[in-house]
Amino acid sequence: MTQDKSVLLNIKNLRIEGYSDENWIEIVHGIDLTLHRGEVMGLIGESGAGKSTIGLAAMGFTRDGCRISEGSSIEFDGMELTTTPAADLQSLRGARIAYVAQSAAASFNPAHKLIDQHTEAPLQYRIQKRLESQEDAMELYERLRLPNPREIGFRYPHQVSGGQLQRAMTAMAMACRPDLIIFDEPTTALDVTTQIEVLSAIRDIVDQFNTAALYITHDLAVVAQMADVIKVLLKGDEVEEADTRTMLEHPKDDYTKSLWAVRDFKKEQVPRPADTVPLISVKNVDASYGDTPVLYDVSFDIYSGMTVAVVGESGSGKSTTARCITGLLPPTKGEVLFQGTPLPPDYRDRTKDQLRQAQMIYQMADTALNPKVKISEIIGRPAQFYSGLHGPALKNRVDELLDLIELDPSQYYNRYPPELSGGQKQRIGIARSLAAEPTFIICDEVTSALDQLVAEGILRLLDKLQKELNLAYMFITHDLATVRSIADEVVVMQYGKVVEQGPKDVMFTPPHHEYTDLLLSSVPEMDPDWLTTLLEERGVDDMGEVEKNK
Amino acid sequence: MGDILSIIAKRLGLGLITLLVISIIIFFAVELLPGDIAQAVLGQGATEDNLAALRAELGLDRAAPVRYFEWLGNAVTGDFGNSLVSKTSVAEAIGTRFANTLFLATYAAVIAVPVAIFLGVLVALFRNSVFDRVANVVTLTSISSPEFFLGYILILFLAVKGGMFPAIAKIDDGMTLIDKLDRTFLPALTMVLVVVAHMMRMTRASIINLLASPYVEMARLKGVPAWKVIVKHTLPNAWAPVINVVALNLAYLITGVVLVEVVFVYPGIGQLLVDAVTKRDFPVVQACCLIFAATFILLNLAADVGSILTNPRLRHPK
Repeated sequence: MTQDKSVLLNIKNLRIEGYSDENWIEIVHGIDLTLHRGEVMGLIGESGAGKSTIGLAAMGFTRDGCRISEGSSIEFDGMELTTTPAADLQSLRGARIAYVAQSAAASFNPAHKLIDQHTEAPLQYRIQKRLESQEDAMELYERLRLPNPREIGFRYPHQVSGGQLQRAMTAMAMACRPDLIIFDEPTTALDVTTQIEVLSAIRDIVDQFNTAALYITHDLAVVAQMADVIKVLLKGDEVEEADTRTMLEHPKDDYTKSLWAVRDFKKEQVPRPADTVPLISVKNVDASYGDTPVLYDVSFDIYSGMTVAVVGESGSGKSTTARCITGLLPPTKGEVLFQGTPLPPDYRDRTKDQLRQAQMIYQMADTALNPKVKISEIIGRPAQFYSGLHGPALKNRVDELLDLIELDPSQYYNRYPPELSGGQKQRIGIARSLAAEPTFIICDEVTSALDQLVAEGILRLLDKLQKELNLAYMFITHDLATVRSIADEVVVMQYGKVVEQGPKDVMFTPPHHEYTDLLLSSVPEMDPDWLTTLLEERGVDDMGEVEKNK
Repeated sequence: MGDILSIIAKRLGLGLITLLVISIIIFFAVELLPGDIAQAVLGQGATEDNLAALRAELGLDRAAPVRYFEWLGNAVTGDFGNSLVSKTSVAEAIGTRFANTLFLATYAAVIAVPVAIFLGVLVALFRNSVFDRVANVVTLTSISSPEFFLGYILILFLAVKGGMFPAIAKIDDGMTLIDKLDRTFLPALTMVLVVVAHMMRMTRASIINLLASPYVEMARLKGVPAWKVIVKHTLPNAWAPVINVVALNLAYLITGVVLVEVVFVYPGIGQLLVDAVTKRDFPVVQACCLIFAATFILLNLAADVGSILTNPRLRHPK
């Protein structure tokens, strides 16, 4: 079959302004973009690069507080979207250009059934009758390999898992067989094993209907699987554009090269010290939320100066284990030892010194820092609470901590969290945990909300602090690339149990436990043929198996 | 659904306990009213013997806790004792009055709630437009004016000058419903004006709150028209806070309308309560307070159940 490869979307000199502090500030500076029918273009860059803004602009849509500047041109199939009246634009959306959002869980309306949301656009445009449209939805569900395709649509969003929702949303975008779909980070919120299912489903369906797509992501390995062409963006400017293979093999620009090199950081693996008691020892811990058991017989040790990475998919009990260690959730069975002495199960029964030893750093630095409190106070409070410092001694201590996290005290001492970038906020989170002078820090997905370059900076900082202060880390993550770079030992969890544990080099060398193997092989690689090869290796039946296990 | 029934049962139980606590507070608050009840009933000329005789007759010479439990026991069976002033049964006197109050409250609510929610949706749809501002100013003005002032203004323009509606809302059992509705239109309208603003603004706020959510953006990007985005995608998720405000206002319509009743000479329970307090007719005061408390508790319970029922996560468990 010969497929139409004519130009579908032609963006020229796209400039977009955002309104902030009573001024219009340009956030996208003259982007040109040409997309042919059936072609998939990857837009990649860090947050603030303008990826989503450009994607939405391709639908003639801007978020509140943004506007497309004069002189920009967005031509979709011969139609100039910047001058099209609002009513005509609205009738394009959903019908000829569709959108797939990052979080399907948030983007489906909780009050309506999936299929009713699916049929909304076809009914709106009178393309299909209700029953016809429902029939079509079920067919799409089947193509996207959703379980029970004939029934799943009649469920509410909260009754369906995240990966399934993401596929249902892709089906919804397909409802009117659009010419163009904007995928805005569709797999970022998913576990690696689920990500593969969604990626392959998207790739197949885009292929089958010769749909053009803009695929927005910050994950290079993912974009390598999905896109024919890649465009790299930085702060609203284009860095470079090339077809996928060329871009991966010969990136030209230094910025692109730095993106490619991000995963190079690898700390030197430290072996367990001989003849010492572990700093923290989790022994046969069971725990439950109410009557629902969540942890079964979890045991592992953490030694001073070492990093233990706890990996697993969401719901595997990683964070619950951390809650047991800190005493937020007293275990129903088993105990947690600190240097060989059992800790009271409930944090309220622990002494100040015991509390001081174990500190936490959280995933969302945004919500973990009180936006109305000065940096000096955020860091100063634990220093005051645990070490009784005040006056000039306290100020010196805060300065010292700011130096440790490589932020200039004179500049940051009096600032508030909203004035900082994501990476700087996470550094403040680190400083706050260090203020207590702990020997052990639990890092709960500390880098997963950050851009790769920023995340790498945080990992390097944590590594430096570990060497200087002989800290032990428990590193909770679902990202195996992070594990590779920072862990000394790895604990793999699934369904509340430890399935495998050991030193990193052993864990990353086959043979693996079946589940570890599944996790490891699901991490996307930069090779553009990786997904194709993997799916061939696993076969379609295996994919079904993954689904059943969920 | 079993979950919801058990939640309702639990809330009902808690409501009963609350009511019990309130009954204690009411009983002893009335005890604390200054002055002597027998003295108030018999007047200045009563002799010590007369006063003592009346106290014995009313049982006032016995200890307060004993009287409380006796009163509570009777109240549970619907017997609120006899009025000290008219000597007739309190339950009977309150019965017709309370029915009248409920009638007026229902009348006002049937107009006010749909109007408020409809206006709320409209101002959310045309947010920050001239219409939005005008609606805001008008409803805020009406909520900020005292009820008696609104009542007299309405009487002046619609009854005295316009002659469209009667100024005095005296009703009795012999009247037809149409007659009653006509007679009570002005007090009902006054109450509508007082409660609409609150409910409308809450509807507006909770809809606008949801407009930033990703599923609303998704609906827009699917080409759903603006009015449908509001009605189909935000309203079903906006009910919980709206229902709570509606319940509070309904309770106000029943318990907070003394002034409106006085202005329109309407034979409701509010007037009865005020009269009873001035005459120190404590069985009537206690009964009225207990009925008001029960109204508040029941309406809040209804609001809780309503918010639960609008949450799809609870209606359709996994």
